[in-house]
Amino acid sequence: MASHTRERTRQPHGFLRRYVFSTDHKVIGIQYILLAIVAALVGAGLSALMRFHLSYPEAKVRLFELLWPGAASGGVMTPELYLSLMTMHGTIMVFFVLTTAPQSGFGNFMLPLQIGARDMAFPRLNMLSFWTTALSFAVLCAAFFVEGGAPLSGWTAYPPLSAAGRIAGPGQGLGQTVWVLSIALFSVASLMSAINFLATVLDLRTDGMSLMRMPLTCWGWFVTAMISLFAFAVLLAAGILLLLDREAGSSFFLPAGLVINDQPLMNKGGSPLLFQHLFWFFGHPEVYIAIVPGMGVVSTVLSVFSRKPVFGYKAMVSAMAAIGLLGFLVWGHHMFISGMNPYSAIAFSVVTLAIGAPSAIKTFNWLGTIWGGSLSLSTAMLFALGFVSVFVSGGLTGIFLGQPALDLYFHDTYFVVGHFHMIMGVASVFAMFAAMFYWFPKMTGRMMNETMGRFHFYLTFAGAYAIFIPMHLVGIAGNPRRYADFAQFDFLRDMTPAHKFMTHAALFTVLVQGIFIVNLIWSWRRGAKAPENPWNATTLEWALPSPPPHENFGENAPEVRCGPYEYSRPGRQKDFRMQHEVEG
Amino acid sequence: MLLAGLVWVVALLTAASFVARRWFPQAISAHAARFDSYFHVNLAVAGIVFLAAQFALGILIWRYRRRGQPARYSEGDNRIELLWTAATGALFLAAAIASARMWVDVHMAQPQPGDLRIELAGKQFAWNVRYAGPDGRFGRTDPRLMNDAAGNPLGIDEKDPAGKDDIVGSVLRIPAGRPVVLLLHSHDVIHNFFVRELRIKQDLVPGMEIPLRIQADRPGEYEIACAELCGLGHHQMRSVLIVMPPAEFDQWMRTPRSWGEPAR
Repeated sequence: MASHTRERTRQPHGFLRRYVFSTDHKVIGIQYILLAIVAALVGAGLSALMRFHLSYPEAKVRLFELLWPGAASGGVMTPELYLSLMTMHGTIMVFFVLTTAPQSGFGNFMLPLQIGARDMAFPRLNMLSFWTTALSFAVLCAAFFVEGGAPLSGWTAYPPLSAAGRIAGPGQGLGQTVWVLSIALFSVASLMSAINFLATVLDLRTDGMSLMRMPLTCWGWFVTAMISLFAFAVLLAAGILLLLDREAGSSFFLPAGLVINDQPLMNKGGSPLLFQHLFWFFGHPEVYIAIVPGMGVVSTVLSVFSRKPVFGYKAMVSAMAAIGLLGFLVWGHHMFISGMNPYSAIAFSVVTLAIGAPSAIKTFNWLGTIWGGSLSLSTAMLFALGFVSVFVSGGLTGIFLGQPALDLYFHDTYFVVGHFHMIMGVASVFAMFAAMFYWFPKMTGRMMNETMGRFHFYLTFAGAYAIFIPMHLVGIAGNPRRYADFAQFDFLRDMTPAHKFMTHAALFTVLVQGIFIVNLIWSWRRGAKAPENPWNATTLEWALPSPPPHENFGENAPEVRCGPYEYSRPGRQKDFRMQHEVEG
Repeated sequence: MLLAGLVWVVALLTAASFVARRWFPQAISAHAARFDSYFHVNLAVAGIVFLAAQFALGILIWRYRRRGQPARYSEGDNRIELLWTAATGALFLAAAIASARMWVDVHMAQPQPGDLRIELAGKQFAWNVRYAGPDGRFGRTDPRLMNDAAGNPLGIDEKDPAGKDDIVGSVLRIPAGRPVVLLLHSHDVIHNFFVRELRIKQDLVPGMEIPLRIQADRPGEYEIACAELCGLGHHQMRSVLIVMPPAEFDQWMRTPRSWGEPAR
């Protein structure tokens, strides 16, 4: 216990210290969540433009011309503009939404509360992490406005395309440099944040809060911090090497004999595959960074609204740990067709399919949790149940892609796009929606509107399936991903109706998110006042007023006396027992 | 219970969409046929698991919706955990082992001395093909000599006699029923050779020569697509694989050509 001798400090005065450069984990958590929401709106907007272009490539759109006078002159989107939107969509969604909201956002707000701490272990480092992340987002967005525009090499940025500079394409000049800088900044911020989370979990748990009494949300943040620490360190290294190749004439990723756009390059001795190994050593664990906190949220929400303990708490903890560990041994399944040694593909395949087992365990345990429960379908619960459905749908297609023999065909088709959007995108986002509806009362002191919540859930659930299931179908038909249009190939013309359908579903689903935004703003200002514990939940954050005061429990840190999911134990008056409650 | 119903409807529609039509293109090789049947086994198993899981979810939501009943207290059951861990583990490992054979056959088949060797090079955003010609030897190349306008896109060194009879074109012609070794090259960025009907995909990586052994049995024309993001023209990087009856192919190979004349 590092800091329990510290006096209870007063909340700082002044708007800047209190809401902008705050060291309070709750303010920082909300800052991260707001950043993620802004990023999600930008990212979703970009996907709407991309989908529109794919279905109506000839359409002259004034908005395009307004936004990109150069790359969309006359209102027609050029292929390089399409690819730059795609790159930015992927980067924004993966880093600034899926990494930022579940871990840094909700984790920051809830972790200290749930373990009975006053704040994170290093509050100033926490502030620095947030502002570095915000700076990184600003730098990324700047890529749109530099000469040549945003890079077109995708969020994976494979060299030589990403390393050779302007000659490889518009956007590969300054745009790509800015992109690499943004990713490096983001990596630094994530490393600082990971250290903070680990120290907080290990050092600041209140009396009686043993590791095996932690809510699964805390386990999720803990495992995710561990993953971040190892993964982002490698991404940072890869980014620095790429930057050196671009700006300092080094040859980490550039082999001899390159002739790009008729210009010979003088590099020697580099390996394009080296970058892929480094990138995916980060990139695959990143998937788990996005989903593991969500797994914790879903486990908790299912338990609370079923009034039952989580089925197999220990198995859930073990599964998370197994996923975190095995996640570092499967990166090669992104590289089956890359030209790496084919023997290693078999090893990567076995480990990849093995990681399916802990994921399946979690699914069974979620079903086991609601089995025999008394389910109340609040919006948070709807999203948690929707998560289970989507997690199954997105997980099963992973079995195909984890087998190199099948990946021979499906690699880089829309089958892959459908798969990872389901499991990494939709599932994680559903978990975040569940988290938002579940914790909004605690964070703001007001309830979210359930009617709007339900509408939003049902339309989003149907919309998500309508967008992403057809992607698997055109993927089976061989439709390559990252194509700016489908006019050049005979076989792609057959896919037009399916793509139109997906486009309309996507535009619809993006618009539906407006309901959520309205709900958020309306509820924050006008929502019904939230009591201390509106869901009759057991974990420590519900022992404080909504919203909790500065420094949370202060001097009166609660003593934890039981596990986190004590619901409906026979022989009790109430159907729940809070973690700090004395037996009686 | 709107959600239970919606989950069922979505699950049924999803399953129906997969079987509504044959989404695969035709298969033109023994590997492709084997791929399809293995894929369909996977699809059937995954489909059953998918429907079972979604229906179970719907049933649980329906059956245990709150009607004033108390929840049944249970913290879990270690025997059940072990059982479903073992079951899924066995299923997944079986899949890994079952498909390893197919992967081995594609990637670790030893090239035979009689195999026809063809060089296939990708560049932003076109394909170039080279045959060794009657002497069976590829001439030396030098990237600095690459010159599309002069009809030498691969940079063949004129001074090397082995290159005099090399045949260069932009369309990939192969004989039906004979194994062919493609030597994949790139000198700019990463590309990917993808022919749907062969069910095969392989990256072309600068600095590496990657051999890929293929065989097509059904004569016809099939589109070659680039399947690795290579720049702004990625979506138009197209060529054609022409699978010819062997006799026709041999005749085409013997057609006399002069140096630098593009083969059609």
